Amino acid sequence: MGDLRLMKGNEVIAEAAIRCGCDGYFGYPITPQSEIMETLMARRPWEETGMVVLQAESEGASINMIYGGASSGKKVMTSSSSPGISLMSEGLSYLAGAELPCLIVNVQRGGPGLGTIQPSQSDYFQATKGGGHGDFQLIVLAPASVQEMNDFVDLGFELAFKYRNPAMILADGVIGQTMEKVELSDYKPRWTEQQIEEMHGSWAANGKKANRNQHIVTSLELVSERQEKFNQKLQAKYRKMEEEEVRYEMIQCDDAEYVIVAFGLSARISQKSVDILREKGIKVGLLRPITLFPFPTKIISELANRGVKGFLSVEMNAGQMVQDVRLAVNGKTKVEYFGRMGGMITNPGEVADVVESKLIGK
Amino acid sequence: MADLQLQDIIKPENRVYGKSKVLTDKPMHYCYGCSHGVVNKLIAEVIEEMGIQDKTVGVSPVGCAVFMYDYIDVDFMEAAHGKAPAVATGYKRTNPDKYVFTYQGDGDLAAIGTGETFHAVNRGENIVMIFINNAIYGMTGGQMAPTTMLGQVTATTPYGRDVDLNGYPLKITELLAQLPGAAYVTRQSVHTPANVRKCKKAIRKAFENSAKKIGTSFVEVVSTCNSGWKIDPVASNKWMEENMFPFYPLGDLKDSERLDIEQYKVQKLKK
Amino acid sequence: MTEEIIIAGFGGQGVLSMGKILAYSGIMQDQEVSWFPSYGPEMRGGTANVTVILSDERISSPVLNEYDTAIILNQQSLDKFESKIKAGGTLLFDPNGIIKPPTRTDIKVYKIAATQIAAEQGKPRIFNMIVLGAFLQVKPIVKLENVQRGLEKSLPERHHKTIPENMEALDLGKDNVIAVN
Repeated sequence: MGDLRLMKGNEVIAEAAIRCGCDGYFGYPITPQSEIMETLMARRPWEETGMVVLQAESEGASINMIYGGASSGKKVMTSSSSPGISLMSEGLSYLAGAELPCLIVNVQRGGPGLGTIQPSQSDYFQATKGGGHGDFQLIVLAPASVQEMNDFVDLGFELAFKYRNPAMILADGVIGQTMEKVELSDYKPRWTEQQIEEMHGSWAANGKKANRNQHIVTSLELVSERQEKFNQKLQAKYRKMEEEEVRYEMIQCDDAEYVIVAFGLSARISQKSVDILREKGIKVGLLRPITLFPFPTKIISELANRGVKGFLSVEMNAGQMVQDVRLAVNGKTKVEYFGRMGGMITNPGEVADVVESKLIGK
Repeated sequence: MADLQLQDIIKPENRVYGKSKVLTDKPMHYCYGCSHGVVNKLIAEVIEEMGIQDKTVGVSPVGCAVFMYDYIDVDFMEAAHGKAPAVATGYKRTNPDKYVFTYQGDGDLAAIGTGETFHAVNRGENIVMIFINNAIYGMTGGQMAPTTMLGQVTATTPYGRDVDLNGYPLKITELLAQLPGAAYVTRQSVHTPANVRKCKKAIRKAFENSAKKIGTSFVEVVSTCNSGWKIDPVASNKWMEENMFPFYPLGDLKDSERLDIEQYKVQKLKK
Repeated sequence: MTEEIIIAGFGGQGVLSMGKILAYSGIMQDQEVSWFPSYGPEMRGGTANVTVILSDERISSPVLNEYDTAIILNQQSLDKFESKIKAGGTLLFDPNGIIKPPTRTDIKVYKIAATQIAAEQGKPRIFNMIVLGAFLQVKPIVKLENVQRGLEKSLPERHHKTIPENMEALDLGKDNVIAVN
């Protein structure tokens, strides 16, 4: 049994980082996630676990500091919110191209541009379709509770190192700012230099030993044949993630005639909509993708084959995930979208009404 | 003496100079007359002489030196354009016992990466920064750099750099020397044997400083780019002496034996 | 039991911390809790609100469109939230500065003159605890001993000396809450 606390999602990210043996956090303040670095600075983990925390001069610097730390095989992370993540796009591409494991947290706010500081899910495309130039994917985890903000830090690092690929926690302003009861993870010690050598010594730039060739962390390859081969290797990695790492939660889907698909905060809201509709005798279920990449395509396809009459994708954006739901359903049945934008948050009653009007057609 | 044959002279004990063991056997791709090759060699020699090959990690730039990891046999990170100081910061902060050096040209360090450069030095990161200033963008085909001289012809200043259009040549090294985080700031060149020796001393000092944790050590090397300048190598040296040295004078700009950090340590300010 | 509450007023009235104490009290009696604040510039001198949910079951949405209880501390918040109280629900408000009193008759309405009492006591800081006391009189969803434990858990050690004062403020609220309808 871990340590039970009442904490904000953002604070939990910081605490979970310290406890999972993270070696370094590099970031730049932006609402609504500044509590992450503030909590770390107040906690002074460098005195406790040796974890480094640094306020960088920009998001562009932060993501490249991550590149530096990750190159040595250490567990490093950054966090930001939507406009800041855009500034990190270049770095994300380089990290993926250099196959560096690391963790990026995006506590989303509404855009485009400077937009609003209120919660949003409008970075779904950016997060799940790579988020920078070139063919690459991030592993994307979508927490729907403060508890998952704790759990996904460790999980994010685990998957990042398993696949040597950057992982992203795609949260939103509500999950970041809400306080809920959370069971904090137990402390894990930071990896020793020897453990890093054993686990990641085949690639990490941790100092050229006499008995090995130099390690070069790079995403540069001017010979097209070799670059294509590398790209094929990346794609094989992504296909393996699709086979092995899909995570989702199904609520009352067993007998469901209609299924709401929603992640993060939208899933929490929609869960209450399911309760409202079930009380009226309407058989509605909720499918909550936990990994947005890899996306739970198979189970959605199975639900469509099983005879679900319609899907509603509920998102705090103009309809982004709905495209992936449609690809999964592949024309077998109706797929609708409902969402709010610009920092507006939908509510359980609104979603329930849309299920009735758009899916059932009352 | 007449009996002395050439093969008698070529013996290990008679060797006075050789290729550093930290240099690989790969032929360098740099142009004839380019300063990069010399500076790459000096870095390798310093690493070998200090015995820190297994503790040194380099950060290569975007620019002509992007493949320097093919020549210097240590672990390397290839950074995004301008981001080498940030990459080095992330590495050094999480690996404080390693020697970390960056190597950047004028476009990388003083244009696209100005922010990262300033802030790394201002934080006093305990890293070595090598800055190759050849007043032009070499790799992309000879366009104007922030350090291009007034009146200098480049691909993007075909009528000479004009102050109205392009502003002034940037003395970034002078600016960096003002920052308390900078421990050692020097400007060198490698166009004569004497200057090569001086430059090597400067690079060695920069690496030694890195272990003393006294702040950032910054070595500018005023360099030639005969391909970009479209002047032959010998004339390039002369052009550099006549046009660049008056504006970018050689010598130390700052040399702190220690970073006087205590004077900056203050109590939490009262509200 | 699930209680869905909105607390709304001006920034600086202690809206968020009142919600936090309530949430901590819930945790002390093994309930699930959720505390979702308004955030950003609107808090600085403007309006502030927080949605607090206490439940014996897993909480689904931390964001709500209707509430069991609204605790209202200024006119703007009353205008915004009166219509969002569930039929049969509860409205508790401080009459200070209220020029258009609530009109609904399908909810239970209470008032607590917390601003006035806190001023009379010369302790403006205990204002929000007076309001909380009034709420707990009307809806005793958490035990007072759990509020005390919640305060101990939520306040930094150096502020623990203020706990008795806060507990007394709860009593002031309990004793002075008035049913309006």
